[in-house]
Parts: sequence; structure tokens; C-alpha cells
Amino acid sequence: MNAPFRNIAPDVEPLFKGAEWDFELVKKTYDAIEKIGVGEMGLDIYPNQIEVITAEQMLDAYASIGMPNMYRHWSFGKHFAREEGMYRKGGRALAYELVINSNPCINYIMEENTMTMQTLVMAHAAMGHNHFFKNNYLFKQWTDATSILDYLAFAKEYVTECEEKHGVEAVEAVLDSAHALMNQGISRHPAKRSSISQQRDKANKRREHEEATYNEIWRTVPRSALPSLAPDADSRASLQESATLGLPQENLLYFLEKHAPKLEDWQRELLRIVRMLAQYFYPQRQTKVMNEGCATWVHYEIMNRMYDRGQLTEGSMLEFMHSHSSVVFQPKFEDKYYNGMNPYALGFAMMQDIKRMCEEPTAEDREWFPDFAGNGDTLGTLKDAWANFRDDSFILQYMSPKLMRDFRFFALHDNSAFPVVEVKSIHDEKGYRNVRKMLAAQYDTSARDPDIQVVNADLSGGRRLTLQHRVRNNIPLDPDTCERTLHHVAHLWGYRVKLIEVYADTGKTVKEHETLPLP
Amino acid sequence: MDIVDRRLNPKAKSLGNRQRFLRRAKGEIRDAVRDAIKKRKIAEVEGGENVRIRSKSLREPSFGLGHGTGQRDFVLPGNREYSVGDVIRKPDGGSGGSGSKGSSDGSGEDDFVFNLSRDEFLDIFFEDLKLPNLVKAKLKDMRSPQPVRAGHTTDGPPARLNHTRTMRKSMARRIALHRPRLQDLEELETEIARHEARDPRDEAHLTALKAKLSRLSYLRKVVAYIDPLDLQYNRLERRPKPKTQAVMFCLMDVSASMTEPLKDLAKRFFMLLHLFLTRHYAEVDLVFIRHTTEAQEVDEETFFKATETGGTIISTALVEMMKIIKDRYSPADWNIYAAQASDGHNFDDDMEQCLQMLEGDILPCTQYFAYIEVGQEDGMHGMSSVAWSGYEEIAGRHEHFAMRKASSPGDIYPVFRELFATSELRASGACP
Repeated sequence: MNAPFRNIAPDVEPLFKGAEWDFELVKKTYDAIEKIGVGEMGLDIYPNQIEVITAEQMLDAYASIGMPNMYRHWSFGKHFAREEGMYRKGGRALAYELVINSNPCINYIMEENTMTMQTLVMAHAAMGHNHFFKNNYLFKQWTDATSILDYLAFAKEYVTECEEKHGVEAVEAVLDSAHALMNQGISRHPAKRSSISQQRDKANKRREHEEATYNEIWRTVPRSALPSLAPDADSRASLQESATLGLPQENLLYFLEKHAPKLEDWQRELLRIVRMLAQYFYPQRQTKVMNEGCATWVHYEIMNRMYDRGQLTEGSMLEFMHSHSSVVFQPKFEDKYYNGMNPYALGFAMMQDIKRMCEEPTAEDREWFPDFAGNGDTLGTLKDAWANFRDDSFILQYMSPKLMRDFRFFALHDNSAFPVVEVKSIHDEKGYRNVRKMLAAQYDTSARDPDIQVVNADLSGGRRLTLQHRVRNNIPLDPDTCERTLHHVAHLWGYRVKLIEVYADTGKTVKEHETLPLP
Repeated sequence: MDIVDRRLNPKAKSLGNRQRFLRRAKGEIRDAVRDAIKKRKIAEVEGGENVRIRSKSLREPSFGLGHGTGQRDFVLPGNREYSVGDVIRKPDGGSGGSGSKGSSDGSGEDDFVFNLSRDEFLDIFFEDLKLPNLVKAKLKDMRSPQPVRAGHTTDGPPARLNHTRTMRKSMARRIALHRPRLQDLEELETEIARHEARDPRDEAHLTALKAKLSRLSYLRKVVAYIDPLDLQYNRLERRPKPKTQAVMFCLMDVSASMTEPLKDLAKRFFMLLHLFLTRHYAEVDLVFIRHTTEAQEVDEETFFKATETGGTIISTALVEMMKIIKDRYSPADWNIYAAQASDGHNFDDDMEQCLQMLEGDILPCTQYFAYIEVGQEDGMHGMSSVAWSGYEEIAGRHEHFAMRKASSPGDIYPVFRELFATSELRASGACP
């Protein structure tokens, strides 16, 4: 039945026939996958390390935010207990694999996977995710794959040492507070770094310039004649203080680590550890759709190529198709299973759509995407996208009208003042751009996370720390969690903390929260 | 590419996290354990438990945007009928800004169920009872493993060498490999010497003999007397050794004055006693006798659940107990323990009979009789109850009779401290 659909290569034996696997076979299959992935598709990957783990170990990895060798904290125990409970009840199946953005790239595969699943997950993680980690600009800019495992080992050891020296409770208190601020522990813009020697050069040049342009006449001008140039002492001092503190500062954890008056060195180091981890995960949060889309598209491509040359049996292929199609299933919004967009579904569909446009474009595609429609270079186009975009920009740049029609996307506007939501645009000629813009905005992490910054820290007087939340779209912070999180800020700062919510556009104050550290 | 088998890594890597988590949620877990104890049968104290907790102290807050206010734009898939300008009524009266979006990764951490292991459960159970740590350790390992002979092995410490078997194997091997005896060699040597002394010598025979001698001595050198192959050691296996059997009588007053909290207190008392006994005995039978003005043997369910009305005559329970002992638990075969819980009420003229029965029949054949009087602390202001003052008379005369008052779970343990003291004493002294 299937014969017409495939180039039969009678001399090629399938790599495997049954569900059983052993290390020999995994190795052989990996080599076949790598031959296609790296050899034919030209993926650029870190060397792989494949580790076989049990269900318990997978649960453990889940609980400690997907990292091996994580430091100890009660919240990981809590997540473990919860995941385990759900797993035992049968409420949730475990992932088939887990992959770490590290060099060498660590792929965890579950022991109970069938050989077909092992093939699938290796193509998915060891090729797809791996390529994405190594090439996407966000990962290049923000994460250091070579050092993360060493850093985790250091962190774990350091936390253990602190627990021995200062007691488990004391360490826990700092980590609790740090974890609460994890989302505010990210620097969203790369810092301007200059070495000491560069700074000195700069200062020297400035002085030379002053000497070269020195004019005696300025000395004779009375100082009071230049009021605008000499601000009063008070505001000058506060300006100077802000400048030395680097305010305003969006990275709360960084600020507290550097400037909180009461923290001891080990506490600062703990904050630093949490901050580094938050930063490490930030690119992953921004590229869910692309990352999964890339990995899913790559595994789909590799599996099909393997099947085409007879390396996979038809049985394996059916098993693969079953599992693949459930991974990329997107329920409609009215469906009871609807739980937001499935990043696998959207990502895979977009990659397939780019392939279609490269190879068989319609007139519409040529109009919308003149720079790559019909160029015939699917892999080149995809690699370029994988390297230079993140979710929001990727959607904005590459989502085609056809895809919006396929998903039947429509954009809604919800104003809490009204009992109804309004349909703003749908998948039609007039609406494409708006739908796409709004969908992209949905994936913009900086728009989704509350915009909270340190705006003032009074280090000489009452030592009050002032934070500011810039309220967008009239959505203030959730008062309940805000109150509790603010306690954590106060705990780290050691003195009174105030959070002011102001409208981003008008600057008018909406609400103020204030809290003191518990004695 | 490397493949690593991580399955061999040590298990329970997350144990440290779990301990920290349990410590954190201790308050809630303790409450849950208390509830669980109410539901459990006495003999089931040990064993894990699914605990449901409301995790207030386990919240992990973070700054998040509020729900239900402001303006939001969002995109949904699967449009069928809507076109621009349509309005859709919000799900529940406009309270949820975007009902369909729900809590994306919100704090759905209200309560969740997880499993406590047997040790964790007992830890918390004990903690409530304020047991000293030493006792806890003893209780937890209830069956002491005993080394038991289990065949032979080719490896082991020298002390376990089994000489008979080793020599038997050695001999079999020596015979099979034709190892010459020392005696044979000596005979051969003397024969050679005799031949050499003879004149004229039979040279051919002599060389044959010498060749034989050298072959034999070579064989003797090559085939050892005892080879590592022969070594046989006694193998010992550590098996939990069942100790003898015991029966535990639970006697309780179930008249109307025994309220639910008092019964709960009594239940903990029975549970603990059962735990103590299971440590000492492999099998512990439980007999439940409840009484008002008359006694009857019942199952555990009825024992703790049902409430009767009417007065109290303690001696009826004692009579019933003696009857059961005679029928089923001969003191020759069984260690008999009795635990009585009551609020202290009894008909005045019944006390005499009680004491007579105790001293005459019951105490002589029981290992231990514990009486616990449950009640509010302020209840008996200085005044002793009928049963208490009655029992006080005989308590001094019998060291295996213990009595206590308990108004909270913490009061229960001291009763057992006495039990332990006496049993340790008995164990160290001359055993009968």
C-alpha cells in the first residue's frame, strides 16, 4: 500500500524492527541521525551527550527547573511531590526527553521509550534544540553553554557550604526571597562594559580636551552668573547618588546584590546565583515557539528522510506519526482542552509554511514575502530565521496570511469595564496585519512581565527603597501577590520598601504599597 | 557522541529537597496526620499515607499582573462565525477579564495531595506524642534482624570457615587428581635406598623408581593439599526474626460520658501500645472489648465509632476478658497485655469486684496492665474518680500495673516509659 509513496531502497536494512533498544542500537541510530542532520541538512550543533534516565530522575529534573545538579531548596521538593502525585495518578505523562543548553549538549532520554521514540527524541533534541541553542542570537548573547554545568556545580556546593555555616533556615530565607524576584532578576539589555583601562583612557582624553580648550576668561566670570549650570547642592547630590547606584535599574536582584545595606557577602553571592540562573533561562522564555518549532520541524524532516531510505520500518513510522500528531495538536478556543496556544503546533506550522513558501509559493506569498518566497532554499531561509529572531519578531516577520487562515486566528479586545469582548480583526485581507501584530505582542515577554524598576534608594537617610511599576493598559499588579513579594524585597533590602504604581503614559500615580521588613 | 547510563546513579537524589519541603510544611502536615490517625485502624499506624495539605506556607509569590482589570488584546485560534465588530459576552458576568485564558501559569497551588512514607508518617506521629528520640529509633526498627544459617559459600571471613566441608572437598580433589600421600613417597624412597644398597644394582629398575619418585614429588607439589577452590564458608543471612506472639486487650468505656475527643485520646494510647508490642512480638492479636453496664467483644470499627448510653460497670469488661483468655489465649502460649481506657466513672460498689478480679485472676497472667484515665485537666479538681482511687490501692503492689491520667496526647507517653523501663529491666535481669 505504501510502496508508491516511498523510494524503496531494497538493499538498506531498517535500523531496527522492534520496540526494544540497547546502547549499541541507540549509538547506531544516533550516527544515522547525525549523518542526516549534520551531513545533509548542515545543522551546526554542540557535541551531544545522551543520558538514559528513569522516571524518578525525570521527575527530579522537572522539579529542579530542568537542570541537573541543582542546589537544594524546599520548593523543588514541593514540585517533586506534586509532579509525582500527578504522575502516579496517571494524570500526566512525563516528557520523552529533556535537553540542556550546554556544551556538550546533554540530552536526557527516558528508559521506557520505545526505540522509535528514542529515534524521535534524538532527532528532536540532539539535532533540533541543539542547533537552536548554538545558533540563536539570544542564546549566544546571554548564555554560556560551556560553563553552565560547572556553574551549577559551583552553585550547589556553595549553597551546601552556606547551609553548613549559617544554617538551612538562613539560607532558605535568602533563596525564598531571591526566587520571588527571579523574574525581576533579568537584565533585558546588554550592559555597556568597559574595562578599567578603557575608562582611564577616556578620562585622560577628556582632561586633554579640557587642557587644550582652556580659556582664562571663564575664571573671571562670577559663579552665580551661571545658575543653570550649577544645580543646588541637594539635588546634585541625589543625582550623583542615582548615577553611582546606576538608577533606574530594572534588575532588582542585581541592585539588591550590589547595594542592599545589610546583606552579608554569602547572601549577596546567593542572590547572584539566582540571578545568573534567571538570566540563563531568559532566552528560553523568549523563544518557546521557535525553539520547539525548530526541534519539531527538524525531527519531522529527519524521520521522513530516514523512512525514505528504508532505515525505518512502516510500523515505526506509524508510531512516529501518531506521537508527532498529538504533539502538534492545537485545540480550538472553545475546546475544553484549549489551554492557550501550543508552541509545538504554532512553531511547527510556521516552519512548514516557510518551507512551502520557499518551494511552492503562491502569488500571495510572493507579494507578502518577496525576499524569500520561491527561493528554493528552505534550509537556508529557516536557519537564518532560527539564528536571528525570537518569538515575537519571528511571528511578526514570517507569519503568512495562509497560516492565519489555517489557524483561523481572530483578535479580540477586552476592556474590563464592559461585559463583552469585541472582535477587532479576523483572518481576512483587512485583518492579517493586525492579527499578526497582536499575536506577536502576546509572545513579547517584556510586554507580558510587569515593568518594575528601582527608582530611588536613600542610602544616607531613612534608607527607603523605592520601586516603580509602570502600569500599561491600566493593568496594575495583582495586589495579593504584590504584597507578599514586596515583603521579600524588604527582607533583602533590610529597611522600608515602597512600590509606586504609575501610569506609563501620564506618569500619574495609581497606587502605592509600602512594607517593612519583619524583625 | 557519548551515551551515559544515568539509571545507575544513586536513587533518591531529591531526598534533601523533600526533607526541606516537609520541614517547611510541617504545621499543615501535622494536622493532616492527625486527621489520618482518626481514620486509621490501630494496627495500621505504620504505613505511608496520602496527605492533603493546604499550602499556605508553601506559596511562592512573585510580581504578576492583576486579573480582571484594564485592557487586554489577545488572539485565539479556531474562529468559526465571528467577524469584525462582533461582541462576545464574557463567561461569568464580566468578572474574569479573559475567562478563556484562565490562569496561564498562575498560582494553582491551593491544596495538593502527596504521599508520606512510613518513616515520615511515624516521625510526625511520634513528635506529637513527645517521645524521646531513643525510643523512636527503637520503635522504628521493630523486628531486629537475626543472622540465620543459610547454606555455604566460597567466600567469607576466616572465622566462618567450615572445616569439615573444606576438608571434604579437598580430599575429593586430591583423590581425583591422584595426589600422592606422604607415606607413598617415603615408601618409595626407602625402596630406592634398599635398591641402591643392593649389589649388584638393578640399574634399570632403579631409574624407573627414581623417575617415579620425581613424578610423584612433582605431583605433590603441583596439587596442593588445600586449594582456594576447596574453601567453604558458612553463609549467614540476616533475617528478621519473629519473636513470640502476644495478644493485646483493649478495654474501653463507651458510655455516653466518653466523648469523641476522649475516645480519640484513648485511640492514640492503644495505637502506641500496639506499636510497642509489635516491636517485641512478631504477631500481635488485638481484642476489643467495650463496656457500659455490660461488656462485649466487638470489631475495631464499632469499638471507636458507636456510642452507647447508660452507666458503667468496669468489672463486666474484666469478666469478658478472662473469658476470652480462657477460650482463646492460654497464658502458657501467649503474652497478654491489657490496656484500659476510661473516664473514671464506675458504680461505687463495683470497684471491690474489679480489684479482686485484677489481683486474683488478671494481673497474675498478664505481662502488663495499663490503665489510662482520659478527661479534661480541670475536670477532676483534686478529686479522684472512682476508678482512679480504686486502682491506686493495688498500683503500689504490682509493678506491671501502670496508671496515668491524660488530657492531651503528650500525656500518653509517660505510661509507656514505665512499660519500657520494666521490660528493659526484665530483659537485663535473669530471664525466666
